[in-house]
Amino acid sequence: MLKQLFKFKGGVKPETHKTDSMDTPIGVAPLPARLVVPLHQSIGGLPQPLVQAGDCVRKGQCIGRAEKWISSAVHAPTSGTVLAVEERVAAHPSGLPTLSVIIEADGRDEWIGREVIDYKRLEPEQVREILRDSGVVGLGGAVFPSHAKLAAAKSVPMEELVINGAECEPFMTCDDRLMRERADGIIEGVRIFRDLLEPKRVLIGIEDNKPEAVAAMQAAVEKSGENFEVVAVPTRYPAGGAKQLIRVLTGKEIPANKRSPEMGVQCFNVATAYTAWRAVAFGEPVLSRIVTLTGNVEQPRNWEILLGTPIRDILALARPKGDTDRYLMGGPMMGFELPSLDAPVVKATNCLIAGSKALFPPPPPEMPCIRCGACAQACPHELQPFELYWFARSRNFGKAQEYDLFDCIECGCCSYVCPSRIPLVQYFRFAKSEIWSRERDKNQADAAKARFEFRNEREEREKAEKAERLAKAAAAKATAKPEQNEAPASNEVAVAIAPVDADAAKKAAIAAAMERARQQREAAQPKNTEGLTIAQRKEIAEIEARRAPLQVPQTALDTEDTEARRTQRDE
Amino acid sequence: MLTAILIMALGAVVLGAALGYASVKFKVEGNPLVEKIEAILPQTQCGQCGYPGCKPYAEAIANGEVDINLCPPGGMEGVRKLADLLGREVKPLEAEEKPKQLAIIDEQLCIGCTLCIQACPVDAIVGAAKQMHTVVSSLCTGCELCVKPCPVECIRMEPIGENIENWKWKYPVIEIKRVA
Repeated sequence: MLKQLFKFKGGVKPETHKTDSMDTPIGVAPLPARLVVPLHQSIGGLPQPLVQAGDCVRKGQCIGRAEKWISSAVHAPTSGTVLAVEERVAAHPSGLPTLSVIIEADGRDEWIGREVIDYKRLEPEQVREILRDSGVVGLGGAVFPSHAKLAAAKSVPMEELVINGAECEPFMTCDDRLMRERADGIIEGVRIFRDLLEPKRVLIGIEDNKPEAVAAMQAAVEKSGENFEVVAVPTRYPAGGAKQLIRVLTGKEIPANKRSPEMGVQCFNVATAYTAWRAVAFGEPVLSRIVTLTGNVEQPRNWEILLGTPIRDILALARPKGDTDRYLMGGPMMGFELPSLDAPVVKATNCLIAGSKALFPPPPPEMPCIRCGACAQACPHELQPFELYWFARSRNFGKAQEYDLFDCIECGCCSYVCPSRIPLVQYFRFAKSEIWSRERDKNQADAAKARFEFRNEREEREKAEKAERLAKAAAAKATAKPEQNEAPASNEVAVAIAPVDADAAKKAAIAAAMERARQQREAAQPKNTEGLTIAQRKEIAEIEARRAPLQVPQTALDTEDTEARRTQRDE
Repeated sequence: MLTAILIMALGAVVLGAALGYASVKFKVEGNPLVEKIEAILPQTQCGQCGYPGCKPYAEAIANGEVDINLCPPGGMEGVRKLADLLGREVKPLEAEEKPKQLAIIDEQLCIGCTLCIQACPVDAIVGAAKQMHTVVSSLCTGCELCVKPCPVECIRMEPIGENIENWKWKYPVIEIKRVA
């Protein structure tokens, strides 16, 4: 190979354990009786459920619509009946529940209508929408929605598209098997990515401990007639990290505050390319993924497993050995221990490892840091883990951020080499989540403060407006006073003269109001009395006759009342 | 001698004028200490400190009128941060520390009196007269101010539990094993 390769700093060479599972072809896992499909299977917005208990779903039917642009749709992996949409334990280190759709499979595995699309006739925007609605996300484990990565930066032309088949984590062979068995599909997917991003070169990076995969990919590239370059990269963990692979293949280093498109590079996993091709060319959304079942098992192998299959159901396929005491999801370096086997297989589940005391001996006790600097030498991001450890341990989060805590990819190299066996990554994870939580609290406090201030302002304004209204009304009354006729005026004068007699004043006010109303009534002349029929006139006369006795005593009462008051005043 | 005095006097006048100008031109609006204190307070506007809102409490602290341990939502961490900022002693919290809460209106019981809407300091309750009210949970600060005014006691406070969104990695704990 004549191509010049670059190196990334640091890294480790753990035992790979890949031979266990790499030689058996991918098996298709049996259909489980019941699937638990979490709605939140990608980074970004939580998809909204589109189904409810009792609904019948077909295979490939969308059950969760993507919310916002950075989000990805979720589909029913098989046909059946929705039993419930409820909180179920998630495939997450916390073991907390997440909103999931529980589907009882009917065994028929009936597809919903699929559409074959010629993506070349569509606008790039439409292709991105198809990918989002098909649930295509990064299957390397980060599950970032792929459509959001498929737009070149406006100012920087896209130079290289990097396809990641490095698969550097020990035990994992799912991408290896996929490349060996379905290389043509991957190349088709890479074509789609290439047409959307229009890079100058396409580089497919594969670690050199997978010669069969390299050969298969090379053959597929030749068959397709494309000028993609398949490059074997030296085996060194974490060569499969996006930034590390970009560095090795292109020599470009992505700075801390930039994303790779700003440097003219973008990186996708091989499995992502494969699912993108299935989505575009066959209208098949992401319903299953290839999972490596390995570790302390009798039959390590890769299986194509429907998303939502409870992990407990599929472990039998690998026949775990008797002394298995825990299960890891993801690799031994970056993965986590599954808190519950009821958790389902999700888009991020690339590997399930059965662990035992013999395979993963319990970590020896943590010793004090001796500041030997081994971690700094191993760190592929050129950070100083011993400093970060110190700040995280003392909860000095501001300082930890100053030392670029958020550039840490949690690859575990530092913990791997630490002679004092300090679980450094755990400290960094703790510090990161603590900082995120503080950020959330701070944002909430700021929003609450803004709302509180706005409310106070509004109340002030309303008070001022009310006062103004009252003042205006008072002024209007004052100017209206002299124009009023005598009788009420005299009454008001009466009120003014005898303010002590509150009862009388009230009565006077009422009397005045009634007098005004009577005058208004008398002044008002019905306007629609012309040209009436005799019958109508007769009716009006009858009504007037009925009303007359009601009105007379009232006016009489009024006068009596005023008389009484006059005498009162005279006294 | 005279020239020396004149020079000194001139210097004093020029510097005085410069200082006077600077004090007008670069005048700081508001009390910067109040703002710093307010940034530490949790902005629940609950009034549990005895002041109507976080800002008045911040002002009172800045004036040295009150202790820094009167804010239960801020918790011990808030007290520690305030002590750090002001160089005062850390004191235990006056009231007991409560986990973050959320107000929930029992919509079956609500009679639509609008009293809670008026009580809410951050406008987190929506509803109208004789219409059912409800709490916008993302805006609720858990201040409990709406609980008391409710004539039918249909508002309860529920602690916000741990969920996937707010879950945090725990501080790594070193296991201590009994050797003998």
